[in-house]
Amino acid sequence: MSVYSWTSIITAFSGTNLSSLLLLVAVWPVLGFAGLLRPRSVRFVARLLFPLGALVCVGVLLKAGAFLASECVPQEIVLPLGLANLPFHFRLDALSGFFLLLLGLAGAGISTFAAGYFRAGEGTSPGLLGLQYHIFLASMAVVILAGDAYLFMVAWEMMALSSYFLVTSQHRIPEIRRAGFLYLLMAHLGAICILLSFGAMQGGSWQFTFDAMRGTSLTPFWATAAFTLALLGFGAKAGLVPLHVWLPEAHPAAPSPVSAMMSGLMLKTAIYAMLRITFDLLHVQFWQWGVAVLALGLFSALFGAVFAAVQTDMKRLLAYSSIENIGLIFTGIGLAILFEASNLRLFAALALTAALIHALNHSLFKSLLFLSTGTVLHATKQRSLGKLGGLIRSMPWVAVLALIGTLSIAGLPPLNGFVSEWLLLQSFLFTAQIPHTFINMLVPLGAAALALTVALAAYVMVKFYGVIFLGQPREPSLAHAHDANWLERIGLMWLAAGCVAIGILPQFALRAAAAVTGALLGQTIAPNASIWQIAPIAPEQASYSGLIFLAGIVAVVGVAFVAVRLLAHGRIRRTPAWDCGYPWQNSRMQDTAEGFGQPIRHMFGAFFRMERDLPSPYDSEPRYRIHIEDRFWRGIYRPLARAVQRSADAMSVLQGGRLSIYLLFSFLTLIVLLVFIL
Amino acid sequence: MRVLTFARQFGEVVLAIAIAPLFAGWIAQCRAWLQNRSAPPLTQTYRMLRKLFHKDAALAVDASPLFRTAPYVLFGTMVLAAAIIPSLATDLPFARAADAIALIGLFATARVFMSLAAMDIGTSFGTLGARREMMIGFLAEPALLMVLFNAFLLYGSTALPSLVDGYASHPSVIDPSVIFAAVAFVMVLLAENARVPIDNPATHLELTMIHEAMLLEYSARHLALIEWASSLKLFNYACIGFALFLPWGIAIHGADGASALLIAVTALIVKLALAGAALALIESVSAKLRIFRAPEFLAMAFLLAVLGLLVHLLLGVSTHA
Repeated sequence: MSVYSWTSIITAFSGTNLSSLLLLVAVWPVLGFAGLLRPRSVRFVARLLFPLGALVCVGVLLKAGAFLASECVPQEIVLPLGLANLPFHFRLDALSGFFLLLLGLAGAGISTFAAGYFRAGEGTSPGLLGLQYHIFLASMAVVILAGDAYLFMVAWEMMALSSYFLVTSQHRIPEIRRAGFLYLLMAHLGAICILLSFGAMQGGSWQFTFDAMRGTSLTPFWATAAFTLALLGFGAKAGLVPLHVWLPEAHPAAPSPVSAMMSGLMLKTAIYAMLRITFDLLHVQFWQWGVAVLALGLFSALFGAVFAAVQTDMKRLLAYSSIENIGLIFTGIGLAILFEASNLRLFAALALTAALIHALNHSLFKSLLFLSTGTVLHATKQRSLGKLGGLIRSMPWVAVLALIGTLSIAGLPPLNGFVSEWLLLQSFLFTAQIPHTFINMLVPLGAAALALTVALAAYVMVKFYGVIFLGQPREPSLAHAHDANWLERIGLMWLAAGCVAIGILPQFALRAAAAVTGALLGQTIAPNASIWQIAPIAPEQASYSGLIFLAGIVAVVGVAFVAVRLLAHGRIRRTPAWDCGYPWQNSRMQDTAEGFGQPIRHMFGAFFRMERDLPSPYDSEPRYRIHIEDRFWRGIYRPLARAVQRSADAMSVLQGGRLSIYLLFSFLTLIVLLVFIL
Repeated sequence: MRVLTFARQFGEVVLAIAIAPLFAGWIAQCRAWLQNRSAPPLTQTYRMLRKLFHKDAALAVDASPLFRTAPYVLFGTMVLAAAIIPSLATDLPFARAADAIALIGLFATARVFMSLAAMDIGTSFGTLGARREMMIGFLAEPALLMVLFNAFLLYGSTALPSLVDGYASHPSVIDPSVIFAAVAFVMVLLAENARVPIDNPATHLELTMIHEAMLLEYSARHLALIEWASSLKLFNYACIGFALFLPWGIAIHGADGASALLIAVTALIVKLALAGAALALIESVSAKLRIFRAPEFLAMAFLLAVLGLLVHLLLGVSTHA
């Protein structure tokens, strides 16, 4: 490892995509520290620095896009930073390019929104918040660009810490402190697993660059150990069940742009790392890995969808929906491993494409929805679905843009969520070719679970949108809710435009994903030049065209509208709602969030631990209370916490408080070590 | 040539829009006969549509634009689906816009729009209908997907035109899994189209309604569009069923002559007449289920489809071995 002189660094920085990307990434911390110049000024930090940060996001997006459109030759830079003999390696290849694209695309929308969102008097001062926010962005970019395990871990921890401070920005509220602590705890448990995984992967060579790890050949045991540890570590970050418990606590606790960043972007860094380790460093070795990932992914997806359906807090609902979507992405990854290990490269590319596109889509629509809840929160001061309703009338901008997000996340054509879910279902169809009869018979059930999850997601999103934006306002104050301001609208529109664009013209996203599958698997799905349709394997087998869907529906709606006006008329009489002739209806007679989730509670009762207080029929002031809890809390986490507490108590015997005893311990330790050595 | 295919496509769509209410009317007529009532004329549905189109629309005071757009969107999705499904011929320009899985997605779009519109006014029946409709939807989709898996295993495609063409090239192959899949498909069709064991299209008891509960606030032209879209949905489902299980008569790829089209139209009408009578029979001999029994009904459909898959896999393995 030669030490680079500064001149060689400067020459390295001229021209390549990686160097300009690194310079762009370095602008974020500069913006962050600039905020400390006037930390209390919302106008300076939010209205000036955040839009600049958004511009940097656009720059990252363009650079990553340009790289993916080129030949995608990996680029490397070594910087003499960090420890002696352990310089920082940066590497840009197709996989990191794709995730940088995602980061830039969603990040630009979120930063623009955040510029309009943050206002004075919300916990942490704006300057500090801006610093944490931009460090968070930069560390995510460095995680994606890291070329050795050392730099990766440093950036990973920066990411965890900066996001911890962002989550606890309202640290005066005890629940938020608790949520932050849980998040930090899970993040560190995950980080330990990741560290051990890298340790297993260096295979005795003590070389921690990814290049060296790519070259080592591990025994099946160590490869599987490394894979399992990575799955645990990154699964904890991504929110795979049963490591998901921090997610529904931390996401709602954070300010909305931060929730959007965490859900839309940070979870994707875990996906990125999982792909990097499984496909690039460990070169997929056993189909059993695929089965494990597939099973975990499907279970997480179903679990997340079911829990989302019974939530009454709008941000918690979205957090559970994130678990569901992460589950879908892992399902795709699991299928890809399964196909790849069975030497079915084409189908592996299909499944991996589905996972990548879904990651991209999720970063767009989930950010859009989290940001929409942010505007609702600011306008109404309410997070509980039971006190919202009818906001489509007072907040039309947010309502329309949130509708796009809702339809996307519900997986409906012609928007983007459908594209990836369709690709995922398509890849399930080819599992019949896997040469294991047992899997052939079980996997269709997986496809059914997937279909159930996707349809449940539609249920959840109808509940989400219907209860917040439609119907009668459940509180009188909601009638005066104000709409989003202009910066917020631009941020939301950016994300919504992304959802629509990927939905009707998925070809560009597919091409970006093809660069990744080409690099990781040496195979791309049918690169069809047609603008009219996508056909992943062959048009005879299956094809889909979002463009024709949108054009067809718009054309028919237009023709029908004109025909009705011409042949009949367009007269309208405004009357009170009919409701079967019952005139005394009020806003409390609509379904509440609990009511809308009732069929799910009824059918999936086995998933929850439910406590209910039903009022007696003679109660003059009846109160209905229901508490739904995750079984994993009681099943795993509480016993675990108790066991840790007990062992800590047992160890505290050693802590007598007398110096002589402690010296005795040191002496005994020395003796034991000497015995070992001699 | 290209103009001709587009003309054929246009003709197919117009035919679908035109005869869908007739199909609904035919089922109503058969039902009336089976229940010893005097039947309404076949044109009853058209008369109702005409009447509705000419009435003034009574719109709730606080209805949002979403409420007024939804009927058009619903109609649009159903017409688009009719353009994609090969009811007469397989060689159509729109046919490649979606395979059967994407068609399910299209129907889901219509369902979500309808449910959202039902929640818009904020009446108790509207939200109740929306909730139940979405519930039936998420129960039916896995079963329908399993049916399509069956088809895929048989002919290696989920594109309906390829399925029809594939069937035409191996007409002698009858796989036992098809029977399971067909029964499952009929059950899903009943549930998705608000027919008797799950819902009753002719009900006037509010508490038992699903589909009708969502329409309570609609009137005049909006209601007419929704009714028309509903009959189109039933027609579309029937045509998907024909493409999957009874593809005889559909003009396949390469058969472009007028005679082939004539045969296709005749075959379609005969099949619709028979299917309508069969539907009416099923509806007349079965009782409406409680809403909480609906999951069992659809789980049954799902299990049948999975059985079909297993039968196919087991038989396939034994023949290959």
